[in-house]
Amino acid sequence: MAADKWGIARWWGIFILSLGPLAYLIYRIVSRDLGPDPGEAITRFSGLWALNFLLITLAVTPVNQWLKLRWLVRFRRMLGLYSWFYAALHFSAGFLLVLDIQNFVQEITKRPYITVGFVAFVILVMLAVTSPKFMVRKLGRNWKKLHKLVYLSGVLAVVHFIWLARADYTEPFTYAFILALLLVMRPAYRRFGSASRARGTALN
Amino acid sequence: MLIKTSSVIPSSEITDEKVYLSRRSFMRGVAVAAVSSSAAGSLIGCTSSASAAVTPSRQAWEQLVAPQFQNIKAGPFSTTEEQTPYEDILRYNNFYEFGTDKTDPSRYAEQLDIQPWSIKVDGECGKPGSYQLEDLVKESQLEERVYRLRCVEAWSMVIPWVGIPMATILKKFEPNSNAKYVAFETVVRPEQMPGQRSLFSSIEWPYREGLRIDEAMHPLTLAAVGLYGKILPNQNGAPIRLVTPWKYGFKSIKSIVGIKFMRDEPYTTWNALAPNEYGFYANVNPSVDHPRWSQKSERRLPGGLFGPKRIDTLMFNGYADEVASLYTGLDLRKNY
Repeated sequence: MAADKWGIARWWGIFILSLGPLAYLIYRIVSRDLGPDPGEAITRFSGLWALNFLLITLAVTPVNQWLKLRWLVRFRRMLGLYSWFYAALHFSAGFLLVLDIQNFVQEITKRPYITVGFVAFVILVMLAVTSPKFMVRKLGRNWKKLHKLVYLSGVLAVVHFIWLARADYTEPFTYAFILALLLVMRPAYRRFGSASRARGTALN
Repeated sequence: MLIKTSSVIPSSEITDEKVYLSRRSFMRGVAVAAVSSSAAGSLIGCTSSASAAVTPSRQAWEQLVAPQFQNIKAGPFSTTEEQTPYEDILRYNNFYEFGTDKTDPSRYAEQLDIQPWSIKVDGECGKPGSYQLEDLVKESQLEERVYRLRCVEAWSMVIPWVGIPMATILKKFEPNSNAKYVAFETVVRPEQMPGQRSLFSSIEWPYREGLRIDEAMHPLTLAAVGLYGKILPNQNGAPIRLVTPWKYGFKSIKSIVGIKFMRDEPYTTWNALAPNEYGFYANVNPSVDHPRWSQKSERRLPGGLFGPKRIDTLMFNGYADEVASLYTGLDLRKNY
């Protein structure tokens, strides 16, 4: 099947491309290019890419709706798992290399920006754990409900980012704007975009 | 394990400055020839090792104060702790005028012209006016002082500053008895400072800081013009900056162009921006946490890859013997 060949090529393409940030990070570690505070640099970098992948994942459905790139939907799970992967790196680096691990619980409960970031991460872990096909089957209708939490995770991650900013909000506001756009695109499609489309072609 | 964490480099192994400079001018030639886009520029910036840029204005300044820099005496209060390497001090900076990323200042600060440089002095003093910086420096003996620097973000360095006691400079302006505070201002040059052009910055430029007059006149307080025996790199606040080692780093204002003696507590940038996070005093205090993180300990830089050098933060950053008496009777929990 020719279509499948394309699918496999795309799968590997996206899989390897998504490892790019990790490869770049490793390159900078090995070439000792992370500066005097490598832990902080690793934490920042992995956090940014966790957020990037989260937004890319959230973009899959609207992009498919508006641009009819159906094949993209097949990779939504992989992209979501990459977001979890970079978030796990971000979380571990943050606690092992930057924050005081001895005050783990205190740091999470006392510092609101860490609390929201932590909740965003816990959601991603739950989604990652329930992402295999047998879990989808096992959870049935609840699976969909559970995975709606990805929106909450996205919002919390952006709040976490804004909260970290100290004086210049250009970067976090850009992310907030993109997230808002992605969230608005879904109801907007249901309202305006899907009317002209035949029923049944739209994916959730 | 392939990754070496030890980074003690004997000076004999450091690239000779001439070789380094020629490499640099070669690189610049290549960059000009290639018409570097800003994207390419930032990629190159990631991998180039930090150095104090050689620009015409920096060369001019260096020549002006060369005699003073050849005669630096060892000053008091120096710590014997291991010093943070020169290149780390140069590539890890908070200088929001150039951007909020730690590497932004080392990337963009060479755009700042530091010659000519004058300081406007006014307020409650006998000799207000505009002073050429070289005149202030030439009259004074330079000292080296190795101080701890504790950032409010919970990292710290040990830096061999070169400077003049701030009191020596301030006394030239003859502050009168109404001068209870001193306000300092950083240069505003959006055309040379990309951070000042940012649309979503909540800082109202100029960056402003201030001290009580007794803090400003304290023998620990330094007007730094150099580090590691050389003129200050632009990213570290060239040509002249304040250093108050018992206070969080943001008090130590960089690239000063204004000094004003005042009756009342002056406007200070971070305090105005987030009064619950940054006080006017900003004394290093392990028992008063920043609302977003603990101040009990700090990461001494450079840190290894597999974990930071975490050390306990000391009251007044370890300078309690010198400065604690300035604050008797003051509630340091309220006046953080």
